[in-house]
Amino acid sequence: MKSKDIKGLEMILVSYIKLVSIFARTLGMLMAVLALSISSAFAQADTDVITITEGNVEPTPIAITDFIGPDGEATDIGREIASIISNDLEGSGLFRPLSQAAFFDPPSDVTERPDFADWRPIGASALLIGKAFYNDASMIEVEFYLWDVLRSELIAAGSGSVSEKGKRRISHQIADVVYKKWTGDDGYFDTRIVYVAESGPAAKRIKRLAIMDQDGHNHIFLTDGSSLVLTPRFSQTVQEIAYLNYFNDEPNVYLLDIQSANSELLGSFPGMSFAPRFSYSGKSLIMSLARSGVTNIYAMDLSTRQITQLTNTPFIDTSPSYSPNDGQIVFNSDRSGSQQLYIMNSDGSNVRRLSRGKGRYATPVWSPRGDIIAFTKMLRGQFYIGIMNADGTGERLLAKGFLVEAPTWAPNGRVLMYFKQNPTNSDGSGGESYLYRIDITGFNERRIITPEGASDPAWSPFLP
Amino acid sequence: MFLRLSSLLAAIFLLAACETAPNATGDVAGTAASGSSTSESTASSGSDASDTSDTSEEMTISEELISIGDRVHFDFDSYELTSEAKSTLGKQVTFLSSNPSVRITIEGHCDERGTREYNLALGESRAAATRDYLVSQGINPARIKIISYGKERPAVIGSNEQAWKYNRRAVSIIN
Repeated sequence: MKSKDIKGLEMILVSYIKLVSIFARTLGMLMAVLALSISSAFAQADTDVITITEGNVEPTPIAITDFIGPDGEATDIGREIASIISNDLEGSGLFRPLSQAAFFDPPSDVTERPDFADWRPIGASALLIGKAFYNDASMIEVEFYLWDVLRSELIAAGSGSVSEKGKRRISHQIADVVYKKWTGDDGYFDTRIVYVAESGPAAKRIKRLAIMDQDGHNHIFLTDGSSLVLTPRFSQTVQEIAYLNYFNDEPNVYLLDIQSANSELLGSFPGMSFAPRFSYSGKSLIMSLARSGVTNIYAMDLSTRQITQLTNTPFIDTSPSYSPNDGQIVFNSDRSGSQQLYIMNSDGSNVRRLSRGKGRYATPVWSPRGDIIAFTKMLRGQFYIGIMNADGTGERLLAKGFLVEAPTWAPNGRVLMYFKQNPTNSDGSGGESYLYRIDITGFNERRIITPEGASDPAWSPFLP
Repeated sequence: MFLRLSSLLAAIFLLAACETAPNATGDVAGTAASGSSTSESTASSGSDASDTSDTSEEMTISEELISIGDRVHFDFDSYELTSEAKSTLGKQVTFLSSNPSVRITIEGHCDERGTREYNLALGESRAAATRDYLVSQGINPARIKIISYGKERPAVIGSNEQAWKYNRRAVSIIN
């Protein structure tokens, strides 16, 4: 790779489409020898079925310089971008950003090939450099260059132009590129979380829907707490949220449009409707309807609002979740006497039991990759978050607590989020609930900081 | 559309201009000032008095229901009525028969030792089992509404067997 090629990157500012062809030509050879191949998550799922990859526990040391521009006018923003990227990567547990204090000599021109002799001694395997500056239209131009220090190779580069509001998002997107280049999996940093914010004492807890970026920023309350709300779930377009609302003391599934913050009752039924989840196609939504004490699973066609009954038992069938191709549904039922996981075809046929271990199993959620199902397990007074293969084999428990519940998948199928609740005390204190996430290899459990208590998280699909 | 890797661009790819994600604007709640509506009627243990019209007569009826036993309790993960529960409901039948204009809502509740959605269903089953018993004893089903709160409205705060026992309940409240 010659520095002449890198200089060419300045042309990025010209046009996206044009550059695709330019670089396809000029860098074709480089592409052929790239050590890190790009394979889709689904392709990986076929071959890479949940073996614990211990090697990934040793985080990659990465040097991230501040994104300083040539004129210095956007210096604060450039620092913030580097800090957001660094925080994302560090939080994944797969990267170890190196202290900038150890950096020798930040390159004066980020488009130049770096002097790797400056970066190897501090232990950097990866080097991310970039710049941010205002263009004539007062937009922020961001460029980045990701280098493999040990191989002295450019791994990725790119640029974008955002308003000041967009600085966090473009930072997450750059972090996603780094994550993908090093792990082979899609990144999950440019995603959002919807959850239930909890405030007030345990006896009079107030619950409101809230939405935020996956790192806790851009936090917004979506409901005002005047009615009890539970279990929000994103649509695939990340434009709508289905949730349970006790409006007028009638618990039913509502659809909330994120843009307008308007909510709409999703069909009127004689009993309670709850436990909603969208299909991946976005065409239908599955949920439970309780009628006269019997809870079954139904699918609703979202365009016609017609419902189809999928289970018909005198037991409790709830918490349904589609497989990524919408062909199957996993759910929990007490038809055997205690809560267990079952799978059926999405027309309700061919029901078979999935969970075989000890204890009660609940809240199954199908991985976006299709190969794994996450669940809540209750055994001898403890709650666990676990995963098993979609054929019921290979159960592994990842997190444990007095009450842990409601796993939700990052769209890359590699990280789970859930909530943990503390025990309550007889004086009315306690019962605080917080969000956590963990790598499915079972390491790097971390709390997500929220303004108040938090439960029922739902991780968004990849943002459009 | 941007920043998903295109395989055409193995080494180099670009960020198209991006906007921030859709923001949910408006309807931003103020501080949690009002714990009103649904929460208050049930959170207090025992005194689930009707709060709209406070004529002394109605208070008396609610108090009377509480005094004869407005709630029944269940075993863990069960919605089967115990003999003790049936005895309490027998008194409710007498009460409802002698107050024919009274309509009630039966609230089904669970302890915290289950998952949220399953407990919503379980609370529904408890409320329905309670209603079905009253109906089997001659009470007009049109007088009874049921609702489940799952584990959302504990009567007793505490993470111990005693609290859980009290929280597994179906409570009859005069509308």
